[in-house]
Amino acid sequence: MTPDKTPPADPAQEHPAECPAPPASADPAACAPKTSRRDFLKAGGTLSLSSLMGAGALMSQSDDARAAAEWAEHFQKNYRLMTDAEKAEARVRLEKRYSMEYGKPVTVDTTGPQPGVLMGYALNIRKCIGCRRCVHACVAENNQSRGTRPGEKIEWIQVLRMERGKFEADKMNHGYPEGLGIQVGGNAYTPAGQVLEGQYHYNPEAVPEQDATYMPIACMQCEKPPCVKVCPVRTTYREADGPVVIDYNWCIGCRMCMGACPYWARRINLTTPVLPKEEMNPVTHYLGNRPRMRGVVEKCHWCLQRTRHDRYPACVEVCPVGARKFGNLLDPESEVSKILERKNVFRLKAELNTFPKFFYFYD
Amino acid sequence: MQQLTRFAADYVGYVLKGGTKFYAWMGALGVLIIGMMYVFYLQNTEGLIVTGMTSQIHDGLYFANLVFLVGVAAGAVTIVFPAYAYHHEGMHKVAVLGEMLAITAVIMVMMFVFAHMGRPDRLWHMIPPWGIYSFSSMLGWDVMVLNGYLILNFVCGFYYLWCKYTGNPINRKWFMPVVWIAIVWALSIHTVTAFLISTMPARPMWFHSMMPIRFITTAFAAGPCLIILIFLIVRNNTKFWVDDSAIKLLTTIVTWCLGIAIFLTLSEVVVELYARTEHANGLYYLMFGLHGLTNLVPWFWAAVVLMIAAFVLFLVPSIRNNFKLLPIPCVMAFAGIWIEKGMGLIVPGFIPSPIGEVTEYYPTFVEWLLTLGIWAFGFFILTILLKGAIGILQGEIKYGAAK
Repeated sequence: MTPDKTPPADPAQEHPAECPAPPASADPAACAPKTSRRDFLKAGGTLSLSSLMGAGALMSQSDDARAAAEWAEHFQKNYRLMTDAEKAEARVRLEKRYSMEYGKPVTVDTTGPQPGVLMGYALNIRKCIGCRRCVHACVAENNQSRGTRPGEKIEWIQVLRMERGKFEADKMNHGYPEGLGIQVGGNAYTPAGQVLEGQYHYNPEAVPEQDATYMPIACMQCEKPPCVKVCPVRTTYREADGPVVIDYNWCIGCRMCMGACPYWARRINLTTPVLPKEEMNPVTHYLGNRPRMRGVVEKCHWCLQRTRHDRYPACVEVCPVGARKFGNLLDPESEVSKILERKNVFRLKAELNTFPKFFYFYD
Repeated sequence: MQQLTRFAADYVGYVLKGGTKFYAWMGALGVLIIGMMYVFYLQNTEGLIVTGMTSQIHDGLYFANLVFLVGVAAGAVTIVFPAYAYHHEGMHKVAVLGEMLAITAVIMVMMFVFAHMGRPDRLWHMIPPWGIYSFSSMLGWDVMVLNGYLILNFVCGFYYLWCKYTGNPINRKWFMPVVWIAIVWALSIHTVTAFLISTMPARPMWFHSMMPIRFITTAFAAGPCLIILIFLIVRNNTKFWVDDSAIKLLTTIVTWCLGIAIFLTLSEVVVELYARTEHANGLYYLMFGLHGLTNLVPWFWAAVVLMIAAFVLFLVPSIRNNFKLLPIPCVMAFAGIWIEKGMGLIVPGFIPSPIGEVTEYYPTFVEWLLTLGIWAFGFFILTILLKGAIGILQGEIKYGAAK
């Protein structure tokens, strides 16, 4: 396979120019029309060049070189403090190591945030049928660990299955709390509505199920992320275009961010991720889906490797009912902006003042 | 300079000399320490998967012990404060032993930090100029105050011993201010540790302002309990005599700090369970279990029984004044607080998870052995530090005496 920036065919990518209002307007082209096309190609060019170097390394280097690359990684700086030269160096080093490890040319993108872009996400909970294609597409795209031992399997998206509750006449006389003999309330209900007590291990014969509704969750990419505040080494931070990212090489694995996250969006790599060579996605981003190492935290980053190049996140692309919408919040013409303008939207646990850029809505 | 090398040589020489009992004790601890090193190696080659921690419950036994031992370190101030603020004779004599305990406890805390981290090889990322110090992170503050406390106690303790060794008078002009700073600092270490977990609205069980004062009271109960036990052992096994008055004052401190701790726990139970919101699920899991999972229920009730029974025993004069019986409530209170503040506080904070998932945590053999090994290492250095300190206080190590 030619180590090109563009992965296998994708409708959203093929005709970006023909689309009157590009749906994924995270693309610089949509907001700053004069920069885009040439820079875009140039970026692709550099990428291919470095991946060729990676491929070259793959042929010529031995295990010693891999050890040397790993050794050098121990001493690199926090990504945000690196100069462009250091970033390039780190990227080449990683591409080399990954290409060797996975036996194919791997690219590590370092494209930064584009001006005029603030990514946002909206999910239509009325439409979700609980098929969990988003979960599996995410795992495949983002190189999550696929092991079978407990702790080896990592999924960033959870689709919570919620039972439809109901009030019943034959429960009218059930006291609450029961057993004390004092009637302080009725008990004619079973849990109803969207409560965060869902179950994400469910295996129905067909979806959607009659007696259930579904509530997918993942990282909310908060504007005021509690996880960023508690990080003692500032390895996790909010990028200028919105997503909260992690420099996996700087993370010390203290797991404070996991404790601080009210959405349980973060996962710890308890061991070296189980990522079969043939399943590994070679198109990666430094702050995104590049293979992680043992002992570091990871989470959803809205597919930076895609969204920074005018593509939808994998979950949006795969959703069979179109429940997932993604776009530029600063562009009034983007789908997400239109939803915020016209629909009833809510954010999860809004009382915590985390200000997610992930919105729920319903028709 | 020559004095300093003599000091080191005399100190080491004195500490190394000992009877069979001493070598057996140190040897037994050494075995556990070797075991700890092996499982630490295992944990850092295989990963945290050898522990019982998961993405749901990602702080376990290590973090629990870390929190508890910060309390023990802070608890040493219950000797230093009466000694210098109230000029308590009996305490003044043993103040330096309290400082040795503080040094030990902080070192143990650091070891638990290493055990807890996913990437201990990268801890330098926290330390400038090579790494980044984050002022917004409570963990950053915790590391700072803990290291400060270690340095303060090292300076106070060893300067005092050094003066005793050389026979020079103590330079109170700078010594006393440092002692006062160390006393206030002791409060800071435990307060910041409480803030570490109580500043996360994502974890409703921890998210209340009572956490720091609960930490301080339990610390000033558990710390002195250990100190009383150590003093009794020292009295019975060395030529060094710890005054009754010192032990009695510590007993009083333990009793009332324990009483307040129990009161605070009961207040929390009433407030949380009366309204019984979703935010009380963690406490409910701890007390009665949730969705049929009841792993921590016996731990909680054991802690309650131990703490209340110890409190009652401390109130009985014939027990608290009888130094043969006194160790019983001390051990009970120490164990009760270890459970309440460790497993009983850290683990249920994660149950249920923020999305309502109820899972359980089972510490593995690796975790138990590593924890045991760090405690063994703690006792190992504590033995050395106390032996050296007592040798100097007794005048058995003295400048010029060994020539």
